[in-house]
Amino acid sequence: MNFLYAAYAATWIIHITYLAILMRRYSRLRDEIEVLKKQK
Amino acid sequence: MSAPSGLTRATLAKDLRLEWRSKDAINAMLFFALLVVVIFSFSFDPTAEESRHIAGGLVWVAFLFAAVVALNQTWARELRNQVLDAYRVSPAPANSLFLAKALGNFIFVSVLEGLMTPLFIVFYNLRALGPAYQLAFVAVLGTWALVVNGTFFAAVSVRTRSREIMLPLLLFPISIPAVLAMVQATNSILTGDFSAKFWIVLLVAYDLVFTTGCLLLFEKVLNAE
Amino acid sequence: MKRAFPILGLLTAVLLTYGLYQALVVAPTERTMGEVQRIFYYHVPSAWTAFLLFFINFIASVQYLVRPKEFADRLAKWVAVAIGVLACVAAFVIKPMPYGIEPSSVATTGIAITAMYFIIRKLFSAAATDALAVVTAEVGVVFCTVVLVTGPLWARPVWGIWWTWDVRLTSTLLLWLIYVSYLMLRRFSSSGQTPVLAAALAVFGALDVPLVYFSIWFFRTQHPQPVIGGGGSIDHRMLHALLINWLAFLLFAWMVCWSRYRLEMLHRDVEEFQALEALR
Repeated sequence: MNFLYAAYAATWIIHITYLAILMRRYSRLRDEIEVLKKQK
Repeated sequence: MSAPSGLTRATLAKDLRLEWRSKDAINAMLFFALLVVVIFSFSFDPTAEESRHIAGGLVWVAFLFAAVVALNQTWARELRNQVLDAYRVSPAPANSLFLAKALGNFIFVSVLEGLMTPLFIVFYNLRALGPAYQLAFVAVLGTWALVVNGTFFAAVSVRTRSREIMLPLLLFPISIPAVLAMVQATNSILTGDFSAKFWIVLLVAYDLVFTTGCLLLFEKVLNAE
Repeated sequence: MKRAFPILGLLTAVLLTYGLYQALVVAPTERTMGEVQRIFYYHVPSAWTAFLLFFINFIASVQYLVRPKEFADRLAKWVAVAIGVLACVAAFVIKPMPYGIEPSSVATTGIAITAMYFIIRKLFSAAATDALAVVTAEVGVVFCTVVLVTGPLWARPVWGIWWTWDVRLTSTLLLWLIYVSYLMLRRFSSSGQTPVLAAALAVFGALDVPLVYFSIWFFRTQHPQPVIGGGGSIDHRMLHALLINWLAFLLFAWMVCWSRYRLEMLHRDVEEFQALEALR
C-alpha cells in the first residue's frame, strides 16, 4: 500500500514542482519588465 | 552531368581528398575504435559462450560510438571557413550538399567497420552459424541508418552550444529502432537461432523513411537563421 | 478570456478532488492486485494526456514548417482531411478489425486528428504554432514523467519487477527520451534558428514512434517476457473513476498549458522589445 501512496504523492510532487518552476520564471520575467520600464 | 549530382560528386571528392591527405579524422576514429573494442573485451568476457549472443550488441555499440566521433567533425571544417554561408547563397540545391556529406560519412564509417570487424572476430572468436552473407545487408543498411540521421543531426547541432554532446543526445533516441534491428539481426545471424529477415526489412523501412525525411527537411535546417 | 481562467481553475480543482475520491474510495478493490491497482486511475489518464500533448506538438511542428510555403501548406491540409476520411472508410470496410480494435474508435480518432489540425490552424498564427509546440512538449514531458514513475511503482508490488522492456513501456520511455532531447535542443540553440530545428526534430520523433512500436513488438514475439498491465473487461465503476480522472487531468493539462503559453508569449514580447531597443 505504501506503493499506492508513493505513486499518488509522486504524481503531485512532479506537477507541483513544474508549477513552481513556472511561477519562478514568471516572477523573474516580471522583474525584468520592471527594469525595462524604469529604463524607459 | 546535371548540376546537383555534379555538386554532390565534387563535394564528396573534395572531402575524401582532404581526409586522405590529412588523415585527421580517420586516425582519431581508428584509435578510438580500437580502444572501445579492448575496453569491451575487458568488460564483457569474450571467452564465455554467451559472448556469441551479445556480440551483435557489442559490435554495434562500438560502431555507434565510433560513428559519433566521425559525425561530429562533419560540418566543423565548413563552419570554420564560412563555407556553409557560401552554400546557402549559392543556387545549388541543399540536398546535393547533404548527400555528399552523408556519403562521405558512410564511406568513413564503413572503412572503420571494415577495420574493426577483424579485431572483433579475433578477440571474440566469432563465427556465423547462420547465413553470413546477410551480414553484408545488415552492415550496409545499418550504417546508412546511423549516418543519414547522424549527418542531419550534426547539421542541427552544429549551431548549438555544446555541439559535441548535442549530437548523440539527439541521435541516440531516434536511432533506437535501427540499433535494435542491427543488433538483433547480427545476433540472429551469429547464433543461427532466428531469421534476420524481419529486422532487415525493418532497417529498409527505417532507411527509406528517414532518408526521405532528411532530404525534405535539410534545406530548412541549412537555411534556418 | 482572462475571467475564464480562475473559473476553470476552480472547476479543475473540484474535478481532481472528485477524481481522487472516486479512485481511492468509490472504485471497488481489484480482486487479484488489491489496493495498489488504484494507481491505475492516475497512471492511465496521465499516459493518454501525455500522448495527446505530444500529438498536438507534432501537429504544431508540422504546421510551423509547412505554413510559410503555399504548396506544402495545401498538401498538409489535404493529408489531414484524407486521414479523417480514410479512418471512417476503414472503420466501415475492414471487418473484423485486427487486434480487437473497435471500428468506432478508429473513425473517431481519424476525425479527431483532422479536427485538431484545423482547429490549431485557426487558433494559432504561424509564429504562434512554435509557442504551442514548446508548451505542449514541456507539459507532455511532465505528464510522461508521471507515467514512467507511477508505472514501476505499480509494477513492483504486483508483478515483482520494476521494469520490463515490453512494447508499451519501451515506447513510452522512448517518447520521453525524444522529447527531453527536443527540450535540450531548444535550450541549447540560439533563438533565431530554434523553432525550425526543433520542429524538424519533432517530425523525426513522430516518424520514429511507429518504427519503435513495431521493432519492440517483433522483438517481444521473438523473446517473450512479462507483459505489464493486461487487457480484459473492466468493471463499470472502475471505468467511471478512470474517465473522471482523465477528464480532470485533461483540464489540468489545459490549465497548465494555458499558463505556460501566456508565460511564453510574455517572454517573447520582452525579447522582441529588448531586440528593438538594442537596435536603437
